[in-house]
Amino acid sequence: MLKFDNVSKRYSEAGDVLSNISFHLERGEMAFLTGHSGAGKSTLFKLIALIERASRGQIYLGGHNVSHAQDRQIPFLRRKMGLIFQDFKLLQDRTVFDNVALPLAVAGYGHHEIARKVRAALDKVGLSGKEKKYPLTLSGGEQQRVGIARAVVNKPPMILADEPTGNLDPELAAEIMTLFTRFQQVGVTVLIVSHDIALIQKMDRRVLTLDHGRLVAG
Amino acid sequence: MKRAVKPVKPKPQLRQEIPQNKIAGGDFFDKLHAYRDLHAHALFSSLGRLVDKPFTTALTVGVLAISIALAACFYLLVENLEQLTGTIESSNQISLFLKDAVTEAEARRLVEKISKNHEIAEIKLIGKAQALTEFKANSGLDAALDALEGNPLPVVLEVLPTPAQSNVDALKRLQQALLQYPEVDEAQMDMQWLERMQSIIRLAEQATESISILLGLGVLFITGNTIRLELHNRREEVVIAKLVGATNRFIQRPFLYGGFWIGFLSGVAAWFIVTAIMLLLWRSVENLSLLYEGSFHLRFLDYGESVFLVLLSSGLGVAGSWAVLAYQLRQLRPE
Repeated sequence: MLKFDNVSKRYSEAGDVLSNISFHLERGEMAFLTGHSGAGKSTLFKLIALIERASRGQIYLGGHNVSHAQDRQIPFLRRKMGLIFQDFKLLQDRTVFDNVALPLAVAGYGHHEIARKVRAALDKVGLSGKEKKYPLTLSGGEQQRVGIARAVVNKPPMILADEPTGNLDPELAAEIMTLFTRFQQVGVTVLIVSHDIALIQKMDRRVLTLDHGRLVAG
Repeated sequence: MKRAVKPVKPKPQLRQEIPQNKIAGGDFFDKLHAYRDLHAHALFSSLGRLVDKPFTTALTVGVLAISIALAACFYLLVENLEQLTGTIESSNQISLFLKDAVTEAEARRLVEKISKNHEIAEIKLIGKAQALTEFKANSGLDAALDALEGNPLPVVLEVLPTPAQSNVDALKRLQQALLQYPEVDEAQMDMQWLERMQSIIRLAEQATESISILLGLGVLFITGNTIRLELHNRREEVVIAKLVGATNRFIQRPFLYGGFWIGFLSGVAAWFIVTAIMLLLWRSVENLSLLYEGSFHLRFLDYGESVFLVLLSSGLGVAGSWAVLAYQLRQLRPE
């Protein structure tokens, strides 16, 4: 599903942030990506989300080599992954429904399709009946669940989460993790960037550990 | 993952590999409706955004409307000047001075011959005696003329061409044709005045064109900048849309409609400004025209020109936003 083959990322100001990263996530696998701050977790996340491009090496998404994907192909590749962020990245002036509907609207789905899928996604994350609320009226845990609903509404084969529980207390974090496990059970590949060692240990999954831009475990 | 990458192939052919299903899910009509809804939503939401900020919108539209109205006023000025010379030209006459030996009887025969020419509306014969009387009355030289033996003035034919012959070239041709008659000694018309007037109009036309182009560019830049600010204000939204897989086309659509609305509203406002100015001038022009026997009437923007004005300004609005979006959206990447 996701394969890194000797990938390096160099910034002209900071030098090599990632060097010779190779790993392979199978379809339906769930893994954590961890490491101290500055180890390159965020850069790795950005490379997968095609926000940044690798300086060297090849990245494969669902069997496609995306290392040299053209700018205009990127939107279509992003529709194959659900991105989740620490700061949720919700549109505050839109309702929960509209936020979750965004990936579908972008992909050109019709009204009925959108309404059906959004309800299903909100139901999955336990937010049924909150469609008309605005994100700011929700708790942090609820907002993150809106973010998760948005990430999975289009049924992507892969979910990519960047510190999804960073702003949540342990109890809410555990709830979010349960959600991720449920998606994994239906065959979705899940990669979670986190520095919360306690949480990772509790989950007992594959852990990719970065140290100064090198993959030391996983 | 199973696919082996051949090392000899430098760059895999990605275009075929990466699926590009632009519109996914639902049957054909659902997709069609979705596409229509997308446009309708962009059209009205962009108008809604302008209405939500009435002060900013009014400022932008005001500046644009004044620019467009200025160009339109220059255009109307030239159009009216042309119309004005038209009315004057049509009364432009050619005076034929006949040779001394030509008698009035011969002159009358010549009048009959010339009037068969369909380019001529009217011919008036002024006999020697009549010419002398008029000349004495107008010149105040009666004493000097009385001292002369006999009448030194020739018979004169005043030829009035049809309005179709009112331009300089046609008049010159007619003048040459009239000179071919053996009885005619000289054919005179006030060409210089006509030529000067026409070159002034040409100059005014060129000036209007240059000024209109400059003002049009101004409209382009102002809408472009307005859309750039709007894009900046909605940066977060654009970034999120990009992260969930929005194409640049999807993102720029509401902004293009925004540019359209700004141009459209400015065009309509400009039309009202131009019409108001023309209405203000109208009474004075009519009064002036009355003094010149009412042959001139102020010309307003006609239906076609009004539609063109609004279409052009809408088009400039779209073009200005498009240019900015094409550049800025490429720059704007999620971080």
